[in-house]
Amino acid sequence: MLAFLGKRLASLIFTMLAVSILVFVAFEFTPGQVARKVLGPFATQDQVDQLTEKMGLNRPVIERYFEWLGHTLSGNLGYSTLFKTDVNNIIWGRLGNTLLLAAIAFVIIVVFSIVFGIAAGMREGSKLDRVISVSSIVTTSVPEFASGVFLASIFVIWLNLLPGTSPLDPGGEWSIPSQLVLPVAVMVLYDLGYVVRMVRASMVEVMTKPYIRTAVLKGLSFRQVILKHALRNAMIAPFTVILLQINYLVTGVVVVEAVFAYPGFGRMLLESALAQDVATVEAASLFAVFVTVSTQILGDLGYMYLNPRIRFS
Amino acid sequence: MSATTANARSAGTLARTWAKVRLLRESPVGMVGAFLVVFWIVVAILAPWIAPYDPNASNMDALADPGPSAVNWLGTDNQGRDILSRIMWGSRTVLGVAPVAVLIAYTIGCFMGLLAGYYRGWVDQLVNRIADIILSFPAIVLYIIVIMRLGPSAFNVVMAVVFIASPQIIRIVRGMTLELREQDYVAAAKMRGESALYIMLAEILPNARGPLIVDACLRMGYTTITIGVLGFLGLGLPPPAPDWGGMVKDTYAMMTIYPHMALFPALSITSLVVGFSLLADGIREISLKD
Repeated sequence: MLAFLGKRLASLIFTMLAVSILVFVAFEFTPGQVARKVLGPFATQDQVDQLTEKMGLNRPVIERYFEWLGHTLSGNLGYSTLFKTDVNNIIWGRLGNTLLLAAIAFVIIVVFSIVFGIAAGMREGSKLDRVISVSSIVTTSVPEFASGVFLASIFVIWLNLLPGTSPLDPGGEWSIPSQLVLPVAVMVLYDLGYVVRMVRASMVEVMTKPYIRTAVLKGLSFRQVILKHALRNAMIAPFTVILLQINYLVTGVVVVEAVFAYPGFGRMLLESALAQDVATVEAASLFAVFVTVSTQILGDLGYMYLNPRIRFS
Repeated sequence: MSATTANARSAGTLARTWAKVRLLRESPVGMVGAFLVVFWIVVAILAPWIAPYDPNASNMDALADPGPSAVNWLGTDNQGRDILSRIMWGSRTVLGVAPVAVLIAYTIGCFMGLLAGYYRGWVDQLVNRIADIILSFPAIVLYIIVIMRLGPSAFNVVMAVVFIASPQIIRIVRGMTLELREQDYVAAAKMRGESALYIMLAEILPNARGPLIVDACLRMGYTTITIGVLGFLGLGLPPPAPDWGGMVKDTYAMMTIYPHMALFPALSITSLVVGFSLLADGIREISLKD
């Protein structure tokens, strides 16, 4: 167990290092460009050269990489040219907002996917199964910005029940919870179907196992068979898939936050990318990758915990 | 092998493929998907002849009342451009970019996946490591970085999609190769002294085609979503090229007044992706029956 954890941690560090090199090379390989971006298109080549010299950008790439890595590790994320302040002053608040959005969406996705997945998978090929399976294919096929348009048409324009944007202003016309409904709904709609299909597939497989037949034959009610015998076993395989949805949520928030003007991490990443704000994009992408990779490790550990056959082999 | 037997063989393959296509009629869900996909392919091919107007021509008179009318069936957008024409031309964007991207990603993915699965050892380790690193980025972050560095254009959208899809395809092909390389027909081919390349391309790859066709069809759907999302985020094709995601982006702010401007392109992209997904489900369903 400890050896496994150590191996996974080593691979985490390796991946993060590789990613940091990739990100650094993508943005700062050519030194003139950074100074050019800071000064804008109207600066003369002379000024660009001077700033390059002053910022120490004409030193070898490797030296600059390690300096940048040191700064990043010690918590100095650099200066955001878009927000005109240190990246540290902007990124944490945005992360908090996104965490709120993603956490609510995640809980709803987990609960609903288990309910629908079990309901569909307990009787393979039944009418209920077909309806749930086909509708989950359809909902995952609607791009988030399109479902944003559809939901806004119904709930904002037609019924006038919810706000069309979610700037999280406490003093506004709409309460904070009402501003969260549509962004959460869009994320759940897009992601739910995929997880439902995973839970269903696992449930279908469990239902063919001998211990289920035994439970049925010894006279347990269908309800008891499902709740006592099938449910637990059916949840082992989808566990990793469910945790991997955190990875999707990181991607999903970019689009959803753009649709609803939500002041989160995703919109910060998009806006800073469109404004060529290198420091913010670097910090944001490193953070996003860190979340992804550590979730994978959590997934592996949880899987080992749930499945004793792996734990003891 | 003589030319006639080669012809007979390919005719036989063709007949069998056609029989498979006809099998799809047994899956109502797959038929709906096939209908949607074929509909948009026909629209994309015929766009220059059936689109009522030039997709980029502004009709300033229409701005007073941009809603759907007898002149502009789906109305006009915020610049007085005919939405129906833009949707028809926009289908060319999606159906031009997505197949090219998926095809290139498959070429790379199959090749690397076959190498990794067939040779195993250090080749496998190297390919896997690279794939791991690319896959550890949330896809959107990679798209943003690639487009931010290379600038928005159809070519760069293809590049970005290929960069992100190839490692996923490598994983799938590698997994299947690991399984198929232990089959008797591979051992037989080795015994005959066939080259490794021949074994990979002529023995292993054709036998992996079932799941790969389903995945390719699903991937066409995902890629369509990606192209739409990139357009919506302002990272897709530069304006004024008609692009469904970009059309929603340009008119989304006006939704409370003119919902039709964003609704029709959103419906178009949704129907195409649903088509691909249902078609993939139908293909999977009939392939399970064999």
